[in-house]
Amino acid sequence: MKWIRVAAIVFLVAVSSACLLADFVAPASYEQQFRDVPDAAASAQHLLGTDDLGRDRFSRLLYGTRVSLLLAPAAALLSSLLAALIGGAAGFLGGWLESCVMAATDLFLSLPWLFLLITVRAFLPLNVSPFASVTITFALLGFLGWAAAARVVCADARALCSSDIVLLARATGSSGFRLLWRHIVPNLKPVLSAQFWISIPVFILTEANLGMLGLGVAEPLPSWGSMLRELESFSAFSAQPCQFVPLVLLVLTVSCFHLALQKQELWA
Amino acid sequence: MRQLRIFAIFLVSVTLSAGLAWAQSGGQLRFCLASEPKTMNPLLVDDDASDTVRYLTGGVLMRLNRLTQQLEPELATSWKVGRNGNAISFTLRPNVRFSDGTPFTADDVAYTMQRLMDPALHSPTGDAFRSSDGKVVTQVVGKNQVTVTFPAPIVGLDKLFDQVAILSSKSPQKEMAVLGSYYVAENKAGSYLLLRRNPNYWKHDARGRQLPYIDSVRLDIQQNRDIEMLRLVRGEIGFINSLNAEYYDKLAAQAPRMAVDAGVSLDSEQMWFNQVPRAPLPAYKKAWFTSTNFRRAISSSIHREDLARVVYRGHARPAVSWISPANKFWFNSKLQPHSFDRQAALRLLAQDGFRMQGNTLRDRDGHAVEFSLITNAGNKPRERMAAMIQQDMAAIGIRLNVVTLDFPSLIERIARTFDYEACLLGLVNDDLDPNAQMNVWLSSAENHQWNPAQKTPATAWEAEIDSLMRKQASTLDVNKRKQAIDRVQEIVWQQEPFIYLVNKNAMSAVAANLHNAHPVVLRPQVYWNIDQLTIGTEVATNR
Repeated sequence: MKWIRVAAIVFLVAVSSACLLADFVAPASYEQQFRDVPDAAASAQHLLGTDDLGRDRFSRLLYGTRVSLLLAPAAALLSSLLAALIGGAAGFLGGWLESCVMAATDLFLSLPWLFLLITVRAFLPLNVSPFASVTITFALLGFLGWAAAARVVCADARALCSSDIVLLARATGSSGFRLLWRHIVPNLKPVLSAQFWISIPVFILTEANLGMLGLGVAEPLPSWGSMLRELESFSAFSAQPCQFVPLVLLVLTVSCFHLALQKQELWA
Repeated sequence: MRQLRIFAIFLVSVTLSAGLAWAQSGGQLRFCLASEPKTMNPLLVDDDASDTVRYLTGGVLMRLNRLTQQLEPELATSWKVGRNGNAISFTLRPNVRFSDGTPFTADDVAYTMQRLMDPALHSPTGDAFRSSDGKVVTQVVGKNQVTVTFPAPIVGLDKLFDQVAILSSKSPQKEMAVLGSYYVAENKAGSYLLLRRNPNYWKHDARGRQLPYIDSVRLDIQQNRDIEMLRLVRGEIGFINSLNAEYYDKLAAQAPRMAVDAGVSLDSEQMWFNQVPRAPLPAYKKAWFTSTNFRRAISSSIHREDLARVVYRGHARPAVSWISPANKFWFNSKLQPHSFDRQAALRLLAQDGFRMQGNTLRDRDGHAVEFSLITNAGNKPRERMAAMIQQDMAAIGIRLNVVTLDFPSLIERIARTFDYEACLLGLVNDDLDPNAQMNVWLSSAENHQWNPAQKTPATAWEAEIDSLMRKQASTLDVNKRKQAIDRVQEIVWQQEPFIYLVNKNAMSAVAANLHNAHPVVLRPQVYWNIDQLTIGTEVATNR
């Protein structure tokens, strides 16, 4: 099955390269409206046709992929760092701190996150650029997405504290910080890495969900979420297969991340 | 052989006439409601589904003909509005019975008015009659004569009775005894309502046959519009009352005879700038938004034709002012939609000291012109319009940030905190009489969205609108009212406190076997003449 993982990684590299080079590859600007040809089918001029405002779907897909693929890992990194900090500290120090952190984690996990995001989004300033808006959206996802990972990290840190390695280190006179830095943190890396890779597709899908509600990325900036909104109007009566391309790309990318994650787990 | 031929001709004639007779009456009409009716009490209706049931079952004293936009007698054979405009006298149709056989008399009208105006009932229909404090007096003059007197004059008083379904004062079935063409026979919660033909319905056709022609109407509760469309195409339902442009085009491609575009409707889409003095906005932005030149420049730089063509796929037309051209009497036909003219927009902006610096428009103090436009999330046509306006603004150097908000947050901003710069919303309008929009146009009104609840009018033109709206509300002379309303339309066209964008078309879908359907722009678009509709097997030819 090694070749599947290799293929997945090659696919991810190809997609990432295409979106990073969007300025050169895209045939049109993602915001340019060709108002004479809205909802056009695929053609030589518009490889994936145009959306309902006449914008080139291929160009929007490239830029949208850039937005989703750059910001989702950033949000995943933020949430993984928060999880490491909060969960690691709680597991290492234990006692009342662990109880408090776990209670906070339970509270975070039980929150209806979608409504929370909608509410938080409503309080944000209105006059922000689309790029700032999308950055804020993913930052919010990162700040709100640490709880599940923190629980895992806390449990792992607690197990490490009572492991033979740490007992041996304590016996040799290691202090609290040295113990944490030299023995706990390196052993938490695999679980943090797994949490990071798991979070990426989760955040992509969350942004897509927000996009479906019209609360994700602001116009005219595209993202996978905003592009998936085209499917809202897809029905048995419609015949625009190109509308499915963002969905196919999302599914393929998320699947490839999972395959890459399996590799990461093997490394771990 | 000749006898056989004559017999064959006779047989064909009998079959054809039987077929036509079958096509003229009987059968069951099905259509979908998007939600369950909240109430069966016609006086408490405030949702679309309940309004549908009221329309199909309720008997009214007079009915607004949705096609001609004129009032026609129903349970009242005639009526007269008093000289002061605060009283109306009805002569009632004799020998009419409720669906349960209870006779209809003037006492029922008195009882209905008493229930309607009962403050404890909180009737939304009754609110339209509450012009001022005081008691409504209903005087029964005889069995068929009744006069209703209100404490103060009410403009367009007679038209309000189109919404008042008469209740029986004596029937043990209470509001379930009806005078309309159908009565509610079965109500399966969450699934369907079955209405059967009212056996005592008073109306007959020209040949003396009792109406309605169709035996029963089944209202299926169905939220999914895709399923509703599939059911229509499969012949399981008779019509879809209101279609959006996307569904209309899809249906027109598949079954062109089913898709009906009745033309421009009363509904409008508009944007406006926040002109509230206490709004938490920088002073320079307040100066932009209160400038007529700025608003007119924005208006001129919006390509309304494109909005109508791209967003509504041609099923809309550029809006003119606050009254749609669909409102035949009240629309000011001298006015034309603002034309798309970027150069004119830049000239207007230059008059206020704005100038282009590179690709950015700056005001006289050097501030780059940038503002946000909020609209409600999930409304795709509005989101698309906002994106198109964004590009139109970019062409004159203005950066527009489109922000979609959930509806409660949007209302919070436009009605309470005033923490917004511009807003894009629509107005769904059911009432032909412009007096119904007093709560928008008076500067003291809460719904005067760009600057609500003013103690004194902030501008001379708002003062003039106040004066004209009060003037039209205080006279029963329809020509004087028309003059005043025409002038208000002119002022709004010139000042553009609301930048009207498009008026959407009223689109419906009607199955080929539903006859006598003439979809119109007023609600209910398809079944406004429910008692005239017939179901047949042949293809409809009269649309």
